[in-house]
Amino acid sequence: MERKIRVLVAKPGLDGHDRGAKVIARALRDAGMEVIYTGLRQTPEQIVSAAIQEDVDVVALSILSGAHNHLFPRVVELLKERGADDVLVFGGGVIPEEDIPFLKSKGIAEIFGPGTPTSKTIEFIRANVKRPLH
Amino acid sequence: MNELVRRCIEGDVRAAARLITLLENQDRDAYAALYRLKDHSGRAQIIGITGPPGAGKSTLVDKLITQFRARGLKVGVLAVDPSSPFSGGAILGDRLRMQGHATDPAVFIRSLATRGSLGGISKATHAAIRVLDAAGYDIVLVETVGVGQSEIDIVRVADTVVLVSVPGLGDDIQVIKAGIMEIGDIFVVNKADRDGADRVVRELRAMLEMQAQLRHGQTPLGGPDTLVARDPDFMHHTELVSELSHAGGEEPFIPPILKTVAETGAGVPELADTLIHHFERLLQTGELERKRRESIRYQLSRFVFDEITHLLSLPELSKVWDDLAQQVFSRTLDIYSAGMALFHSIPIQGATHEDPHA
Repeated sequence: MERKIRVLVAKPGLDGHDRGAKVIARALRDAGMEVIYTGLRQTPEQIVSAAIQEDVDVVALSILSGAHNHLFPRVVELLKERGADDVLVFGGGVIPEEDIPFLKSKGIAEIFGPGTPTSKTIEFIRANVKRPLH
Repeated sequence: MNELVRRCIEGDVRAAARLITLLENQDRDAYAALYRLKDHSGRAQIIGITGPPGAGKSTLVDKLITQFRARGLKVGVLAVDPSSPFSGGAILGDRLRMQGHATDPAVFIRSLATRGSLGGISKATHAAIRVLDAAGYDIVLVETVGVGQSEIDIVRVADTVVLVSVPGLGDDIQVIKAGIMEIGDIFVVNKADRDGADRVVRELRAMLEMQAQLRHGQTPLGGPDTLVARDPDFMHHTELVSELSHAGGEEPFIPPILKTVAETGAGVPELADTLIHHFERLLQTGELERKRRESIRYQLSRFVFDEITHLLSLPELSKVWDDLAQQVFSRTLDIYSAGMALFHSIPIQGATHEDPHA
């Protein structure tokens, strides 16, 4: 039997817009995943601690404040420091096209902009989870 | 697996988290890990927090963590939320209220989905408790899903059960009609700054007195001697704590009722004291041992039940199922004789007997 995929949906930074994060959380739940939602204004340290305690396969970061170039790489870095580099990290929100190559070079697996169909995100997770599903 | 167990006992967060995942996924190797953890567990106080949805359980847990931390204790939390019966997925949101503790190395918070269990906790909850216990957490708080009138599995895993209620949920008959009142060791009326809180306290107290008197073989309508008159200021926690130590005497024992406002933290220090006191008393009276023995018997029966369910789903039985179903349908057999026939065809030899010592 295929095991459950566990996903942490987190909002780093100071913006207060969590509609996108909630839509994703709901879509992933409907796709049979277990989604841990940690709420607004999380520091990278809080996100990484939660990811480790929850033993998630995926960290999905949503941001609209513009601080992604600082906060996203920090999450990947802290995960690595704590030996959790088998966690898939991707991002979403309002992120300029020109920042994407930089973020990918820092270990963010993918960036999904506004209007991405949730089915695309779900497929991406299923195809890229690093730990075996069986 | 041995490496994972060793690190878990040393308090490694990642190892404990991974073991819980394996246990949730019913990994057979992880069951063997439980065998190795057993010598390191049994020390923690297991506290269950239960009550209806929206009663403020998660916020109360958040504030209790603060209180236990202030007393120098390490705290593990297992927060259970329901899985969707449609997709099998879940949104686990209890942690949202506790994220202030995320970076405290002496606090471990784990969200668990019910994965089909209906008793208010998940099947792996008791195993996850053993992991946190062995990893050195002094207190393990288990927050159940929001319960209604019959989800009482928490009583099988917790040493102390806190039943959280709030003003405005309905009248007292809601509380007595099923078994939920019987499972509380400590009662909390949360959101006590709202109208109606004192009424909830009075109703709870009346229910609990009635319950205690029925247990004592007294009739609750027996007059002023049996209806213990109590100070209207009953709420004041210190008296309640001292009252706990008189339990088992002539007077029927009434569990403490505390008022809290979890949002501001009011009443939570007293609740933490009452919880610790309750555990000390369980230890002193030997009641802890009785409770835990009972809980083990229950978990054993659950385990065997799950094994049988698993055996019933084996492919070699599918023809038996089809035949018996057909015979009941065509009225050759009744449901009970067919059921017994199915039961006797369970291939018990097929059950796994792996030696955990291996």
